[in-house]
Amino acid sequence: MTGAREAVLGRVRERLARSPDDETRARRDIAERLAGQRRGTQPARIDRDRAGLETLFVEKAEAVDATVAVVKKAQDVPEAVAGYLRERNLPAEAAIAPHAALDTMPWQGSALSLSRRAARGEDAVGIAYAFAGIAETGTLMLASGPDSPATLNFLPPTHIVVLHETDLVGGYEDAWQLLRDAGRGRGLDLPRTVNLITGTSRTGDIEQTLQKGVHGPKRLHIVMVRDGS
Amino acid sequence: MERSARAFTHNAHKALADDVLQDNLVKLKGNFLVRRERARDSLPEFDVLRDEAKAIKDHTLAHLDLYLEAFEAQVTATGGQVHWARDAAEARAIVLEICRAEGARTVTKGKSMIAEEIALNPYLEAHGIEPVETDLGEYIIQLANEPPSHIIAPAIHKNRQQVAELFADNHAHLDGRLLDDIDDMLADARKVLRERFLKADIGITGANFMVAETGQTIIVTNEGNGDLTQLLPRVHIALASIEKAVPSLEDVTTILRVLARSATGQEMASYTTFSAGGRRDGETDGPEAFHVVIVDNGRSAMLGSEVQDMLRCIRCGCCLNACPVYGKLGGHVYGTTYSGPMGSVLSPSLFGIDEMHHLPNASTLCGRCEDVCPMRIPIPRMLRYWRERETERGLAPSTARWGLNLWSAFASRPTLYRRLMRIGVGVLGRLGRRHGGFANLPLAGGWTRAREMPAPEGQTFQDRWQRGERP
Ligand code: SF4
Repeated sequence: MTGAREAVLGRVRERLARSPDDETRARRDIAERLAGQRRGTQPARIDRDRAGLETLFVEKAEAVDATVAVVKKAQDVPEAVAGYLRERNLPAEAAIAPHAALDTMPWQGSALSLSRRAARGEDAVGIAYAFAGIAETGTLMLASGPDSPATLNFLPPTHIVVLHETDLVGGYEDAWQLLRDAGRGRGLDLPRTVNLITGTSRTGDIEQTLQKGVHGPKRLHIVMVRDGS
Repeated sequence: MERSARAFTHNAHKALADDVLQDNLVKLKGNFLVRRERARDSLPEFDVLRDEAKAIKDHTLAHLDLYLEAFEAQVTATGGQVHWARDAAEARAIVLEICRAEGARTVTKGKSMIAEEIALNPYLEAHGIEPVETDLGEYIIQLANEPPSHIIAPAIHKNRQQVAELFADNHAHLDGRLLDDIDDMLADARKVLRERFLKADIGITGANFMVAETGQTIIVTNEGNGDLTQLLPRVHIALASIEKAVPSLEDVTTILRVLARSATGQEMASYTTFSAGGRRDGETDGPEAFHVVIVDNGRSAMLGSEVQDMLRCIRCGCCLNACPVYGKLGGHVYGTTYSGPMGSVLSPSLFGIDEMHHLPNASTLCGRCEDVCPMRIPIPRMLRYWRERETERGLAPSTARWGLNLWSAFASRPTLYRRLMRIGVGVLGRLGRRHGGFANLPLAGGWTRAREMPAPEGQTFQDRWQRGERP
């Protein structure tokens, strides 16, 4: 549709009718705004220390039907995952993100059968690694990449996410800052997908009755690791 | 659907007489509004955030050309492709062209109001491409061959029996069997749609926002269907109207804080997904190509006009839930894509007052929509603006009083009257008290008067209507 771009932008400009002076100011203002990472009001509820944030995160995540297990060190993660699946009679088989932080965990001892890959339609369990946790609303931030396939977050009915407590932040803005600090907040470095996940898949489409797991996961289990390793 | 005032009045009567619809609407109001109040109360900053959200959108609209250009540059830099469409026909043609270039036979669709607005599904079907809605509510109404009746609860007008019948008629494996349990219906829909997700060539979603800073489109959903729609097929097409632009991640964060709370009373929707470009080197999932279609379709003309403020709308649906007219009639009577208070302003603005002149009258101007709107959109002011334009053009100005006549229709029907009383003293009563009295309640005079109001004298609205009297 050649010409459509100019036509739409032209119409917008015509309606806004900025004077040449306004135009110069406008361009400067938006350049600043786009570079400035100007924050709005953040909820006072995130004003707390690390232990406070952990409490808030767990409380908020549980309020949206996620379950949270806290383990002391990365070495404890495989057993925590296996235990979770065992207790609920879920299959001991999972697709797992081929992520370096997960690779170093002792999965061999856990009697789980794991495939390091993206999820497929038939997978019962997906294990992913969170880029950050946001205490404000108990939200997980997952950043897609070769080591973090996004299908793990949506296809398997049971979604297990490993989160390091050191990646826990207060508000969403702090999470964006982490992403930028990691060099992943701009241009091609930006992950193809950033998923903010707050609880399980749900719908109220039939008679306003809340139902879980309509297309995405029915269960969301978060394993939080305390040692920062 | 016939877009005339006469059709509106006719539809309104049908809606009032539809017991199933009336029951469903009562539930809708109770659920969403009460949860919204709770969510608001648990965030002391809620009203400050509304002001900030409004300011962000006002700023963006005042620089819309620049933000759209910045967005386009970032999409391109992250490996995506931007297309521009002046109107619905261009938008449809762009989508079809992409589908053809990919040899697509089936597309899955996440819920998108702009796709409804441009009537994308019938167009794709007419060109041999099968669109499958994947949001459960949208899927249900697609089976029923109906338009959505609510922005965020598109199938709110259907009950479980009706859904069971639709599934029985359309899912061959059921062999005509009626499922009576909602859980079973859900499992059935999940199974059917899972296959469609995995088979689709292209996924089409809307976009709640376009982030100029990063070139990301954002979808906000609860089911996860939007994510599967954009994640599994080879190609992702995001449709977004021009006013969806926001400057930065920080700005959109402020708006997200009021969105889900206003829509469903959640603090945050289950899934808020930011997408930029196609599959990267080394990635093993995600679409290979990412297209954004930026659609104007009448919005640029709203800039700098009396109805510019409507462009701040984030489609939370809260004004529908708060509206006494929507609450009695549902969304279908409006006869356009956008229903309720926001639709009564937006539809005339986009499609012209000549065709849409009945809509600005579908309001009691009680102001409750503005009270709850997270973007502080002065809906009643703009409704009055459209009513004035209507009068100027001599377009059946007297229909402006139809609300009053509708009242006599309520009052003359015992069942409806009782229901009205129930809502009046129940949910809305509670909300009213929290707002410091009935004064700012919808139909305030009406509700309170209704309590001692005797049975209406003489003839019903229909009697008079049938005699040829016009309100
Ligand atoms: S007008 Fe306001 S309340 Fe209504 S849908 Fe738009 S943002 Fe929500």
